[in-house]
Amino acid sequence: MFAAGCDVGSLTSKAVIMKDGKIIESVIIKSKTRPWESADEVMGIALSRAGLTMKDIKSCVGTGYGRDKISFIDEAISEIACHGKGARWLVPSVKTVIDIGGQDCKALRLDDKGNMMKFITNDKCASGTGRFLEVMAKVLNLNLDEMGEMSARSKKPITFASACTVWAQADVIQHLNDKVPIEDIAAGVNNAMASRMATLANNIGLEKDVCMTGGVAKNDGVVNALEKHLGIRIKRIRREDPQIAGAIGAALFAMEKAKGGVL
Amino acid sequence: MITAGCDIGSLTAKALILKDGKILASEVILASAQPEKSAIEVMRRAVEKADIKMEDIEYCVGTGYGRKHIPFMNSPESEIACHGRGAVWQVPSARTVVDIGGQDAKAIRVNEKGNVERYVYNDKCASGTGRFLEIIADSLDIELNDMGDISGQSSEKLTLSNQCVIFAETEIISLVNEGKEIADILSALHQAVANRAASLARGIIVEPDAVMTGGVAKNSGMFWALERALGMKMHRVDNPQINGALGAAIFAADKIEGLRQ
Repeated sequence: MFAAGCDVGSLTSKAVIMKDGKIIESVIIKSKTRPWESADEVMGIALSRAGLTMKDIKSCVGTGYGRDKISFIDEAISEIACHGKGARWLVPSVKTVIDIGGQDCKALRLDDKGNMMKFITNDKCASGTGRFLEVMAKVLNLNLDEMGEMSARSKKPITFASACTVWAQADVIQHLNDKVPIEDIAAGVNNAMASRMATLANNIGLEKDVCMTGGVAKNDGVVNALEKHLGIRIKRIRREDPQIAGAIGAALFAMEKAKGGVL
Repeated sequence: MITAGCDIGSLTAKALILKDGKILASEVILASAQPEKSAIEVMRRAVEKADIKMEDIEYCVGTGYGRKHIPFMNSPESEIACHGRGAVWQVPSARTVVDIGGQDAKAIRVNEKGNVERYVYNDKCASGTGRFLEIIADSLDIELNDMGDISGQSSEKLTLSNQCVIFAETEIISLVNEGKEIADILSALHQAVANRAASLARGIIVEPDAVMTGGVAKNSGMFWALERALGMKMHRVDNPQINGALGAAIFAADKIEGLRQ
């Protein structure tokens, strides 16, 4: 039996197809202007790679900010719920999940059974979201991977007077003009990200194990900085790409739905 | 008695010369990266305009974020104190001053003498400051000084859903792509900045009469948006941008009187 999850985010869209509890295909694309176009494309690619058509999918759940606009889904479920579900499947011992999206960040706490206990989300301010990193990478003329590598070489990371992306961007330009080494700026950017994420995570009460989902989880610079800020080890997700955690959660919900389980 | 005030802000530098309770001259220039240079240049121009000599100034008070770098000042004074003092001098009935600068926003409650009773300010988030307007002007390729007039032609009410400057910029670009009128977009932008400044001001309880100072007050669209956000009529001051420098010059006059007694 096939089930699928589709996560349409602000920056990327993800699709996961599962068969009998195993992932058989996953795809990540850059999001289009219209969420339904992103959904159609990403699911189309996943299906064709798996040699399937939509008819083969018994149940499909949509999530992400564009979830209500997806035409082919049976149900839309919140990102919070899907990320919790996906993270627990990836790291069964997880209690705290920190998810950094392109335009938001979330922290959620799960109980022993994986039920959602608490969550907190910031989508009002770009600071601490993927957008912050994106803005800084552009000013530094680096891609996100390079920023992680660069920051590891820093001896004296810069600090920012304010968390605001606008002011931090101005600070970065000033540091570039002052010929401050790029690695120190990159490390400062990662620290600023981590500090903001740590504030959010500490708000819901941190409990081990902690893991990170979303594309930023692949940036070692940020993950290392966050470990330092939280004073706790973050379990790395190795089984799958942490960016597809939401889509995995959606696919798992779809699977339960197909089996007639209560969502 | 001739005194002077010099206000070195993040975007502009202001100087004002006061003679026996009357403004002799004032100047506003764009601030350079070196606050010291900006201070010297703006004061040189003000002195020239007033047709006096630098030596004629008996006392000069410096204010603004760059006040410590003003080489010729006799003493510094906080921006909050200067804006309170300047506003009551310009509008004697003023009890609340909302000042929106290039990189901060402040709300100040003052007594009838212009002394500060309470204040609140934001320099941590660019939303609600002049920088918000600047960034959007830049991305829409519009002159900052034209924004007020353009927004006056708005006919359709739009609302920005984002408060964050970074997110709002993206939102505004999609509104442009959707074919929305620039006038309507700017009007929505003014309201967003004003709403943010108003929620700051509510922290000190806004008492009438309220005045708006700072360079952003020259934008009539912003002035009306702030009136709407606060739900009250506000007083216009003739010269909102030099209000801080004016307050500084009044403090300088106090100093001279204090010294004479």
